[in-house]
Amino acid sequence: MTAAETAVMIPSTAREGWFRATLFGLMRHAVLIAASFVMVYPLLWMAASAFKPETNIFTDLSIWPPSLNPRNFIDGWTALEVSFSRFYWNSFVIAILVVIGNVISCSMAAFAFARLEFRGKKVFFAIMMMTLMLPYHVTLIPQYVLFLNIGWVDTILPLVVPKFLAVDAFFIFLMVQFFRGLPRELDEAAMIDGCGPWRLFFTIILPLSKPVLATAAIFSFLWTWNDFFGPLIYLNDIANYTVPLALRAFVDSTGQSAWGQLFAMSTLAIAPIFLFFLLFQRLIIEGVAMSGLKG
Amino acid sequence: MSPETVTTIKQSSRFWREDIHGYLFLLPWFAGLLIFTLGPTLVSLYLSFTKFDLLSPPRWAGIDNFTFMFTQDRRFTAALSVTFIYLIFEVPLKLAFALLVAVALDRSVRGGNLYRAIFYVPSLLGGSVAIAVLWRQLFQGDGTVNRIILSLTGIQGPSWISNPDTAVYTLVILAIWQFGSPMIIFLAGLRQIPKDLYEAAEIDGASKLRQFRSVTLPLLGPVIFFNLVLQTIEGFKAFTPAFIVSGGTGGPVDSTLFYTLYLYQEAFANFRMGYASALAWVLLVIIGFFTALSFASARYWVHYDDDRR
Repeated sequence: MTAAETAVMIPSTAREGWFRATLFGLMRHAVLIAASFVMVYPLLWMAASAFKPETNIFTDLSIWPPSLNPRNFIDGWTALEVSFSRFYWNSFVIAILVVIGNVISCSMAAFAFARLEFRGKKVFFAIMMMTLMLPYHVTLIPQYVLFLNIGWVDTILPLVVPKFLAVDAFFIFLMVQFFRGLPRELDEAAMIDGCGPWRLFFTIILPLSKPVLATAAIFSFLWTWNDFFGPLIYLNDIANYTVPLALRAFVDSTGQSAWGQLFAMSTLAIAPIFLFFLLFQRLIIEGVAMSGLKG
Repeated sequence: MSPETVTTIKQSSRFWREDIHGYLFLLPWFAGLLIFTLGPTLVSLYLSFTKFDLLSPPRWAGIDNFTFMFTQDRRFTAALSVTFIYLIFEVPLKLAFALLVAVALDRSVRGGNLYRAIFYVPSLLGGSVAIAVLWRQLFQGDGTVNRIILSLTGIQGPSWISNPDTAVYTLVILAIWQFGSPMIIFLAGLRQIPKDLYEAAEIDGASKLRQFRSVTLPLLGPVIFFNLVLQTIEGFKAFTPAFIVSGGTGGPVDSTLFYTLYLYQEAFANFRMGYASALAWVLLVIIGFFTALSFASARYWVHYDDDRR
């Protein structure tokens, strides 16, 4: 092929290529927009229905609220014998304590596994990895019996105390991976300066590990906020209910009669998760991408 | 004392001190392991061979729980088959969607991050009670899904959640709706595939479809397998949607009786704690099987970067 021939060919194929690429691009966006709409429609419809009068909810398929009448929110908030303020407070207290417990206890264990040498480390690490895959159903009943016997049932303690003892092995694993990536020279320099493992941990490793600590904290919060099974088993008195338990009680008590209020409360129940997502999108998505953290 | 001995002593004393520190840092984890993980696991194994109703001490029953489970318990069979039907539909379809959308979003689509966020949000919310409540409304007789079907086709649909033949599929749809998290794992995997492979395929005249089959799929194999195992394990543990949609019963006619829901009922509604422990151990064996597969796959999955760059 001569230089002249090539020069003639490139523009025409390039133009054709450009045309095909644009067409392909437009089609791709059309499909993606349609798919996005299907994905978010249920959520938008629920949020909009929270503003609709009871009689309209089932017939109105629109995702635009007819007005911003907060009636359903006000009525729903106090529809149960205990108000939702209480449920939010309970959920919030549990979630915050779980975050604190997980971050402290899991980072300590992870530091030992990632940076310290001690006898039996390999065995303990293997045990930790095995507990990672243990379904909670296996420990459920003996734990329940234990908490029943020490009088902790119907308190938040069974939901919170284990987290201070690093039972969420997943976060240990996540942090071990991160700590291992920090340069070893830090440890040596710190030791030469007469800095022990505790100071190394608190003043060097932890400050350098903010991303992984934040990821663990965010997922601890999200999972705890959404958790239904734990509270269902351990919390009996309605005054101790978390938001998901209260929603379930709402369904049971009103049945089919108060969908507007139910949707208002459901919308509020997932609002904190949505807010978290908006604030920490990058960390959440990276956490999922890196480790397969369940959303 | 020779200089060598001195260093050995120094080293060993240093190691001893580090030993102490290591154990101190692990102290909370040790306690948690004994009190909340290892201890209960062993106790639960013991309980699985007993009859135990919380009120009186456990009575040894040998393998009665297991023989009853595998030979007579119709609800156990129902729970297993419901769970497997759920998994057989949910896992492949969810992964297919996840892969399809990930491929469509790969390579600098304009607004890619926005699409990614929109597709991911349901994953984050899907397991919540609020969404299960919504699902119940969407798929009931006069619910929104039927309204849409009616306005599009003029046909009045049945109540999907109160029909034993369709109830579990509403939960399958709920699970597929949450394809966002495997999608994000796929996106991360796709980014590891070198661009020049596609350029080479292009020069060889391979169509987009052919490129997907011959470049994307094989190189993504380990990630697909990882997602498969992860989603299967998560699928076994699914509880909240079935509980809320069926009002805690697993009905109609046990058609949404997920394994975990049956376990919950046996333990906390019927107070057959021994039998529920046996159910838990059978679940552990099933999940253990899939975990073994996962670890076998980790070898390929973890070294992804080193091999391909």
